[in-house]
Amino acid sequence: MSVLIFAELDEGKLKKSSQEAIFYGSKVAGMMGTSATAVVIGAADQSELATAGRFGATKVLHATDAKLNEPNGMAYASVVAAAAQQEGAKVVVLAKSSLGDAMAARLAGKLKAGLAPNVIELPDLSSGFRVKTSIYTGKAFAFNELKADVKILAIKKNTIATEETDATATVENFAPSLNDADFALRVTNTEKATGDVLLPEADLVVSAGRGMKGPENWGIVEDLAKALHAATACSKPVSDLDWRPHHEHVGQTGIKVSPNLYIAAGISGAIQHLAGVNSSKVIVVINKDPDAPFFKSADYGIVGDVFEVLPKLTKAVQAL
Amino acid sequence: MKILVCVTSVPDTTTKITFTGNNTKFNKAGVQFITGPYDDYALARAVELKEKLGASVTVFNVGEADAEPVIRKCLAIGADDAIRVNAEPIDAYFVAEQIAAVAKETPYDLILMGRESIDYNGGQVHGIVGEMLGIPSISPVMRLDVEGTTAKMTREIEGGKEDIEAQLPLVLGCQEPIAEWKIPNMRGIMTARTKPLKIIQPAGQDSLTAVANYEMPAPRGAVKMIPADEAETLIKLLRTEAKVI
Repeated sequence: MSVLIFAELDEGKLKKSSQEAIFYGSKVAGMMGTSATAVVIGAADQSELATAGRFGATKVLHATDAKLNEPNGMAYASVVAAAAQQEGAKVVVLAKSSLGDAMAARLAGKLKAGLAPNVIELPDLSSGFRVKTSIYTGKAFAFNELKADVKILAIKKNTIATEETDATATVENFAPSLNDADFALRVTNTEKATGDVLLPEADLVVSAGRGMKGPENWGIVEDLAKALHAATACSKPVSDLDWRPHHEHVGQTGIKVSPNLYIAAGISGAIQHLAGVNSSKVIVVINKDPDAPFFKSADYGIVGDVFEVLPKLTKAVQAL
Repeated sequence: MKILVCVTSVPDTTTKITFTGNNTKFNKAGVQFITGPYDDYALARAVELKEKLGASVTVFNVGEADAEPVIRKCLAIGADDAIRVNAEPIDAYFVAEQIAAVAKETPYDLILMGRESIDYNGGQVHGIVGEMLGIPSISPVMRLDVEGTTAKMTREIEGGKEDIEAQLPLVLGCQEPIAEWKIPNMRGIMTARTKPLKIIQPAGQDSLTAVANYEMPAPRGAVKMIPADEAETLIKLLRTEAKVI
């Protein structure tokens, strides 16, 4: 009756958010007096899989059927459900992501499980199973009582601080039978930004708004992001105007981010934008308008022209 | 083609969230309720498909009587009829069960909804419904076209997007830019008053989660302002004081 964690791969490596999920799952396993097992789906080196042990998993179930090489929420959910059954798992942990979200819901349906989305803290097991989640797009928190026999916890990224040991996990092959119905979708084309830091996984984010005056001026935003190894993001008007792609739009109806550092340049800070970024650990606001509402939600602020301030910051980072 | 559009009635995006009853109840006082912004995109696309290809569009809501203004607005935008399950939408599993029960009785080619509700941000209902009906679920969908019995879609993935084809029936969680939000016109508002709104009792009572209480985030400390001509000081502070770079 171990705690089961789905750990997601990105180009054969465990994603940082999945390392957080493994660490979280192993802590829950500790609280419940059991062990943590990770399920990994797709091609990866044994040595990489064994690193799940550093974050607390004792065992990794590795599913490598070639049909599973491309991420597929429905098929992956079936694999995890089969693993949960094999391990007798009553708690399933995964990181929130495009894939994780698709899987979590299908899993909840399969296992008739109580699902807590956007989990930000370890559960309280003192009476029942209670877990703190972020709601109203980060404007509030809820303490959810999970009443079902099986519980699924979808962990919000960058809210769990991991600790590592030297332990390694044993890796077992896992080959459940696959269901044809899970392969009903045909992906005809994939476009993915390469080489950049992916926004939802990023520790540092440099974001810019309409104050940039036009897409041709984004070079200074990208320069600062590059110097910091940060992802770039933008406000809704910027993505609506097609200055930047939609997958960079953060806010209430876009991506929600919770990086260690969020730098907002030329964004006034409408409440809908704040909703997507307010769980960032440190917020820096640069705006020429001293009355921009965003300053009220910032940790550091600079009143000034983004076209002068951003290059200065880039230079200062390069000099570090 | 039959399309079911599931909508939530949620606090307006500009709402200042507060709680009452020792943080156990959402404070509805003075709160303007709106159609979930993502649900609004789903509805707009459904109405476009109806105009283009011919379809019936049914609006579906799990909610109490106070959700009816939102439902009537959806009818004014162009849906043909509506179903309200007369119950508080306790959790995702419960809501999914209601949708699945209706869809089992009347099969729909497309079940559309927002990628998530903006109150609980769960984004679970479409996946659970798909599982209950044994059909594919896809989210977040930012483009949807239908040719015969094939749906052609674009889904957002981390750092990009992918094009997907699948056979109907499907359950989709929608987001922008699948369609432009529609504003009801006067004729729509007039006809919405007489469009059928069926109120039914909930099927099953399975809620698997319950909120014990709520909490507000701790306020951020005061902002530290740095003069623009000393902008480089910021980088120093981010390293030595905030320790984030």
